[in-house]
Amino acid sequence: MATKQVRYMEIEAEHHGEYYALMLFATIGMMFMTSGIDIVVQFIALETMAISFYVLAGFLRHDRRSNEGALKYVLLGAFSSGILAYGFSIMYGLSGSTNLQQITVAFTLRAPADVLVLLSLVTVSAGLFFKVAAVPFHQWAPDVYEGAPTSITAYVSVASKTASFALLLRLFQTAFWASRENWTLLVAGVAVASMTVGNLAAITQTNIKRLLAYSSISHVGYVLLGLVAGNETGFQGMAFYLFAYTFMNTGAFAIVILLRRKGLIGDDLEDLNGLSQRNPGAAVLLLIFMLSLAGIPPTAGFIGKYYIFLSLIQTRHYWLAVFAVLYIIPAVYYYFRIVKHAWMREVTDTVRPVASPAQAVALTVTVFISLVAGIYPEPFVRLAGYSLFLPFGPLGR
Amino acid sequence: MEFFRQHILSVVLFTPVAGAVLALFIPREKDEAHRVLGNVFGMLGFIVSVPLVWWFNPDAAGFQFKENLDWIPSIGAHYTLGIDGISFLLVMLTTVLGAISILSSWSAIQLRKKEYYILFLLLQTGMLGVFMSLDFFLFYVFWEVMLVPMYFLIGVWGSDRRLYAAIKFFLYTLAGSVLMLLAILGIYFKYYEMSGVYTFDILTLLSATPSFPLALQQWLFWGLFFAFAIKVPMFPFHTWLPDAHTEAPTAGSVILAGVLLKMGTYGFVRFSLPMLPQASSSRTIVAVMATLSIIAIIYGALVCMMQKDMKKLIAYSSVSHLGFCTLGIFALTPHGLSGSILQQINHGISTGALFLIVGILYERRHTRLISEFGGLSTPMPNFAAIYLIISLSSLGMPLLNGFIGEFTILRGVFEVSKSWAAWGVIGIILGAAYLLWLYQRVMFGSVSNPANERLPDLNAREFATLVPLVALALWIGVYPKPFFRYLDRPVRQIVERVNPGYYERTERVNAQPTAPSADSAPAAAAPTKPTARERK
Repeated sequence: MATKQVRYMEIEAEHHGEYYALMLFATIGMMFMTSGIDIVVQFIALETMAISFYVLAGFLRHDRRSNEGALKYVLLGAFSSGILAYGFSIMYGLSGSTNLQQITVAFTLRAPADVLVLLSLVTVSAGLFFKVAAVPFHQWAPDVYEGAPTSITAYVSVASKTASFALLLRLFQTAFWASRENWTLLVAGVAVASMTVGNLAAITQTNIKRLLAYSSISHVGYVLLGLVAGNETGFQGMAFYLFAYTFMNTGAFAIVILLRRKGLIGDDLEDLNGLSQRNPGAAVLLLIFMLSLAGIPPTAGFIGKYYIFLSLIQTRHYWLAVFAVLYIIPAVYYYFRIVKHAWMREVTDTVRPVASPAQAVALTVTVFISLVAGIYPEPFVRLAGYSLFLPFGPLGR
Repeated sequence: MEFFRQHILSVVLFTPVAGAVLALFIPREKDEAHRVLGNVFGMLGFIVSVPLVWWFNPDAAGFQFKENLDWIPSIGAHYTLGIDGISFLLVMLTTVLGAISILSSWSAIQLRKKEYYILFLLLQTGMLGVFMSLDFFLFYVFWEVMLVPMYFLIGVWGSDRRLYAAIKFFLYTLAGSVLMLLAILGIYFKYYEMSGVYTFDILTLLSATPSFPLALQQWLFWGLFFAFAIKVPMFPFHTWLPDAHTEAPTAGSVILAGVLLKMGTYGFVRFSLPMLPQASSSRTIVAVMATLSIIAIIYGALVCMMQKDMKKLIAYSSVSHLGFCTLGIFALTPHGLSGSILQQINHGISTGALFLIVGILYERRHTRLISEFGGLSTPMPNFAAIYLIISLSSLGMPLLNGFIGEFTILRGVFEVSKSWAAWGVIGIILGAAYLLWLYQRVMFGSVSNPANERLPDLNAREFATLVPLVALALWIGVYPKPFFRYLDRPVRQIVERVNPGYYERTERVNAQPTAPSADSAPAAAAPTKPTARERK
């Protein structure tokens, strides 16, 4: 990530040291979020990450869109963090401990439809769904994605989402697992709504970052479907999907960053015109990322979706599977609008976007994963499988 | 040599990709080099597939030249290739048409040659992969992989409405493909429930899927149906075809009509029928498929008559011809099935050639409107001769390939339903009508448009693209036996699944003491028809 920033921020004339410090804080936060098993630790970690991102989103002090995005992020984020804290407090109250293992034990002893359990479920979900930008808590995403510096957008869209999902998954697999039949419908509803809003809203976008924001919302829907399925394939699929998503989304944003230069933000579709003539390599990489995001084989994105679909079939959620696959069609439509501008439109802006060596490294890694994990996914699939083992033993479902 | 023989399918499959990779290293400014390289690898792709003709054994049951590598063991996907008679013919069609289409692009494509030839070669590999693949996952990957180069071929090098046609083609075909993915996953998972093993291996699944419950089979059939029906294309999923064919560059149209459409029918023959035999032979499904086929035949032909654009006319004629093919498949008789497969090959040859012919005219005059032409046999006599042969081949004139296919299909359909065969015959008449009328308007009479007076006749390269197709058309038309020989065994295996007891019935009837064998064929047709009917 940092490799892409340097030139971008120089152009923005906002190249400050705090930028990197904040990114590192966010990273620490995320690492603790994913590995913590104590809800207090997780909450602190989440807040660390969130606050760092609030500031980073508004880093372009002179840009109105950046300020607007950051403000929305702060307000909505603070609100949802409050709700999340409330949920956590209920969990503490019911179990007398902040340790996730003991909370799980306490929750399992209660009736699955216990009101307080459900209350904690709903509030915690609300907080976390905000973080991952699932419907109906997604309103902040398009504005923040569009306004923030593109590299931050990339980081937020993958890292914050993945870390929050890790936390979400951790909580659902442990504390809330006992009350599963009560939240399956809820999560399914959120998933379908996310896919719907994400896919349909992205169709009309002309700003690439906003388009990718809405598409991220739809990706969240897909990952949540893995949770609805709730079997081993589903969880493995979620892990693999997020892994693939990280790389392909970063790659896509990296191409947008390439376009940035003095006087041109480079996030409009028209800025991509004729990229295949100006920088064919970048255009090919863009195509690969778009294919991976849409879920066309032989890319990593397809393998991720494959696992999700398989898990739905295995758990007999046939109609959900049909909806999920049919939503690939609008996705291809808007991803290919990007491809169309890059490949089939005449050049309107003859400046050749060149990648700095650091950016080239970032692009190489992302495209490598996007393709290789699609053509030979075996090692990555195993990795995804291992990641599901909780600190206190395998799921054994 | 031994390595080559054992891995011939991989060689055939990856030769075009090798060409594409090589082309990546040549700078885009050297477009002459790209043109040559593209053609070299097109030819090479065909040459490496020629040994298959010698080495393929038509009398052996099952799949030949099998290759198997572990690919994704954790989900049970393997790199498995293999061909039987049906896929053998389709693979050969692909390599021949691929080489010819690349050759036909020599002067037609002026811009961005590097990307064009790379994409075309990638498309070649995609198509070959679909026909050779014996692993469902691999099949699906190749099926989808094909869409992207085709999208670009239409969208970048096509004519006026290319962007619309390209995305329409992509989205429409994708819609079918994703539903097919669900059906594939359904089969995969049900097999796991039955046997405890996760595998995508088609041969393994073939042995188990006929024992799926009928209701499940029917759901799976419809899941697969959408992908194949959109690809063929069957009515009412055909609306992407006129746009895609018309707007694509000539070579794109040739490959689209010649090979891509066959993937739909191949899917029915390779997957729907053998894997889901009870569903495929169930009364409702057969009735629906036959109805849609007949509508395609008649409607496609009628719409052809109204077309003003030559390419669109030929595009709709594809709908009509492939209606014959699907009708033949769902007759579920050996004649219907083998006639259908042969007719697919024939269609590839004749419609491919028709698109080449339109492309030749387009290169000269940059218009496809019929009204712009007229009396072209005067300036272009060689062209007129070849065009006439191809038209006759497409409409089903005896001595040419179309007749053999159509007759065999109707023979197979007649066994099942006389009324269906009657509708099919009407389709043949209409086919003759629009093709001959088109020929008359374009070629006969006096030269109405002064711009046509000095059109150059076929040059050597154009001859080279058309003559092989004419030769094949004549060969199949006069001596189709070797082609049918390839189809005998695979068709027999499929018919035994979907129409069990068919061969016993015909053999029983044939064993009855009758007049010499020439009469036993009609005698067999009459008694089997009622039993086939009452069985349904």
